[in-house]
Amino acid sequence: MPRDADLDELEARSIYILREARRCVAPLAMLWSIGKDSTALLWLARKAFFGAVPFPVVQLDTEMELPEVYQFRDDIAKAWDLDLRVEMCPPEASVDQTLPPASRAAARKTEGLKNLIGHAGYKGVLVGIRRDEQATRAKERVFSPRSFGSDWDVRNQPSEFWNHYTTDVPEGTHLRIHPLLHWTEVDIWRYHERENIPFCDLYFAREGKRYRSLGEKNITVPIESNASTIAEIIAELETTREPERAGRVMDHDSEDSFERLRTAGYM
Amino acid sequence: MDRSLRVAVLGHVDHGKSTTIGRLLHDTDSLPTGKLEELEAISKRRGVPLEWSFVLDALQAERDQAVTIDTTRVWFTWKDRRYAIIDAPGHREFVRNMLSGASEADAAVLVVDAIEGIGEQTRRHAHLARLLGLRQLAVAINKLDAIGFDRAGFDRLAEDARALLAGLGLEARATIPVSARDGDNLVHRSARTPWYDGPTLIEALDAFENLDMPAESPLRLRVQDVYRIDDRRIAVGRIESGRVAVGDTVVLLPSGANATVRSIDRWNAPVAEVAIAGESIGLSFHEPVFVDRGDTIAHPEGAPPLDYAFRAVVFWLSEAPPVVGEYLVAQFGPTSARVRVAGIGRALDTSSLADVATGAVPQYAMLELDLRGRVQLPLDTQASLPATSRLVLMRETDVVGGGFVESVATRATNLHPSGHLVTRAEREAVHGHRAAVLWMTGLSGAGKSTLAMALERRLFGSGYNAFVLDGDNIRAGLNRDLGFAPADRSENLRRVAEVAALLAEAGTIAIVAFISPMEADRELARQACGSDFKEIYISTDVETCEARDTKGLYARARAGEIADFTGVSAPYEAPGSPDIAIQTRGRSVDECVDELLTFVKQAVAPH
Repeated sequence: MPRDADLDELEARSIYILREARRCVAPLAMLWSIGKDSTALLWLARKAFFGAVPFPVVQLDTEMELPEVYQFRDDIAKAWDLDLRVEMCPPEASVDQTLPPASRAAARKTEGLKNLIGHAGYKGVLVGIRRDEQATRAKERVFSPRSFGSDWDVRNQPSEFWNHYTTDVPEGTHLRIHPLLHWTEVDIWRYHERENIPFCDLYFAREGKRYRSLGEKNITVPIESNASTIAEIIAELETTREPERAGRVMDHDSEDSFERLRTAGYM
Repeated sequence: MDRSLRVAVLGHVDHGKSTTIGRLLHDTDSLPTGKLEELEAISKRRGVPLEWSFVLDALQAERDQAVTIDTTRVWFTWKDRRYAIIDAPGHREFVRNMLSGASEADAAVLVVDAIEGIGEQTRRHAHLARLLGLRQLAVAINKLDAIGFDRAGFDRLAEDARALLAGLGLEARATIPVSARDGDNLVHRSARTPWYDGPTLIEALDAFENLDMPAESPLRLRVQDVYRIDDRRIAVGRIESGRVAVGDTVVLLPSGANATVRSIDRWNAPVAEVAIAGESIGLSFHEPVFVDRGDTIAHPEGAPPLDYAFRAVVFWLSEAPPVVGEYLVAQFGPTSARVRVAGIGRALDTSSLADVATGAVPQYAMLELDLRGRVQLPLDTQASLPATSRLVLMRETDVVGGGFVESVATRATNLHPSGHLVTRAEREAVHGHRAAVLWMTGLSGAGKSTLAMALERRLFGSGYNAFVLDGDNIRAGLNRDLGFAPADRSENLRRVAEVAALLAEAGTIAIVAFISPMEADRELARQACGSDFKEIYISTDVETCEARDTKGLYARARAGEIADFTGVSAPYEAPGSPDIAIQTRGRSVDECVDELLTFVKQAVAPH
């Protein structure tokens, strides 16, 4: 079977970005949500660095993930010899109470990330977001500077073209680095299938339901599905017109809830 | 599966780019469930007619202002082909975002409003299309309903668009009459344009090809990093063009070292002894060559020429114009080089299409920049290898321009063509040393003439052929027609530089001692003298110079008797990176000349 030219191109570009990040930004860490995207990103890091992941891998933990997620995390961290760091997020009571309830879990992660950057001093954080997930993420840069308070200045982003990335940012600020920005949801699954990347089996249907997007158990709902192989998931995605994050309650709290979360520092 | 066709949508603000995209998504049945209802609800709540552009303009701020703030991207599939649409904003401030989005495009659609016609942004975006090398273009004349689907009106606009593009060496493959809001000729052929028999927009897109990285061109890989794994050093990077195979002899530039490819390294990928353009790989070599980030790997045949100076065509992104003499950083992917702006050629305002003064280049102008590195660079040109001719210009940490290398220009070897039957090499062989122009710059009283004369004496005593040009011998004769107004001072230096260049051609070490306070004048001198030019900064501080005041000039300047006196009432632009700087404060003449002599002897040592 001929190689999938589309996946080859996506992979080669992500590897290029990961190598730029490692060379030009230090100290560097990667966020791992244990979902399909950031697990694919981990795999790409192993590709870029010939098997090893040469930086800490951080989970922002709310202690609200499904048990299967924690099991998968520990198995992979051991098998891939990851430098796993678990950053506990502050309690819900400590976040902005004007946010709609379902957005508060995301706000907890935002605070967890700010704390992490504060105490670990990371200059760059690799994050597995994609442009097709959500309209505000579509406007991201690959190397996206964040201010002292982790704010995203969407109106004043640096130019980014011809493989040139802004890697030099002022003291006290940091970069969010997005090596998967140009991938789509179907791309991720096709890549999982080709590369045989392990993933948490909550994505497969059980009793007529599966998780399309994995978030905290109190704010994520499974979708109707009978897909029990990657091929079936891909077939389902190629016909569905439901958005990927339909099961994420926080996105739909109000018209601008996701944008508010992101400008305040959410991933 | 094939890669998606990446299409940038360009055009003036409010001419309907986002509407075109939103409606295209709807008509290709690509909108997610509930999106249309969501749009209807939002539009109703705001009391406006249904706005297709809301599909893309998802940010709250954009809905409020009804302009697209940043580049964004949406995907759809049509007849088994995937498309990625890049929405490029038309609002004036956001051109750099547009560049960020459109730089990856395979093709572009230029949207023109039927009522307003070609706008400022239409022209600017057409220039960007040229700069980005976008050759697959379609023009959509939008809002045709507003002119009653009038054929003659459409033909006039189509001709305007054709003329604009032709002026840039571009040609649209299709010019399509559309009403994006109603979907005319986007996906469905319109009954309202019976006179039009060209393609619909989707048919025009379908005819465009994916532009893959050029596998059949000469090999170029710019090294991103070097990893040590086990006993091997692995140079990693992405092949930008051509192909490389195990066993190939390659050359590392700029060092020029040859090496043989020992392995092509990938992780968890099919083993292949060859890699082609587009792949991110690792390379190890049999020989223990030194390789580092920024090196270019090529085959010895088909390697790019190495040179210091080149002319770039640049889209200028900064509000602060380029200044002759300033230093910028040119980035060719991971290859980075400090370059001096040696000159500004033609500059064009991309909205009015008028030539503008090169001394005050406005933001978003397109201009020719002569750039000069301190080390040799491997240089491909737009004509020879477009992908690797592209560069991004940085000032400190800001991106100030993007463009391509248009031509490589070596001045030193061809500046003084002449019919001499005695070559310069022969003259230098007789003298036993090479010639040079030692250009001493510094404040009045810094010690230039004193050091120049002492250096000339010491060089002569050691068998070197050297001669000093200074104010006394130049202004007494050659330049006695010149005064001290700024224009005269520049002309004075221009002539000095030309004389110094001729002395160097004659095999002599020319020692030039002039204040030469302006970087631009010194730059012109550098150009006149080519690689012979050595900038020597006599960096004595102004307090020391004023305390010396051997000619009493500082006292007179302070008293207001001399206008525009450098260091007192006129600026001195210190060299950014001189070949050598000499601080004279608290040091003897001999000490300083010793230091100079070491430098000069090395600079003029025979090859």
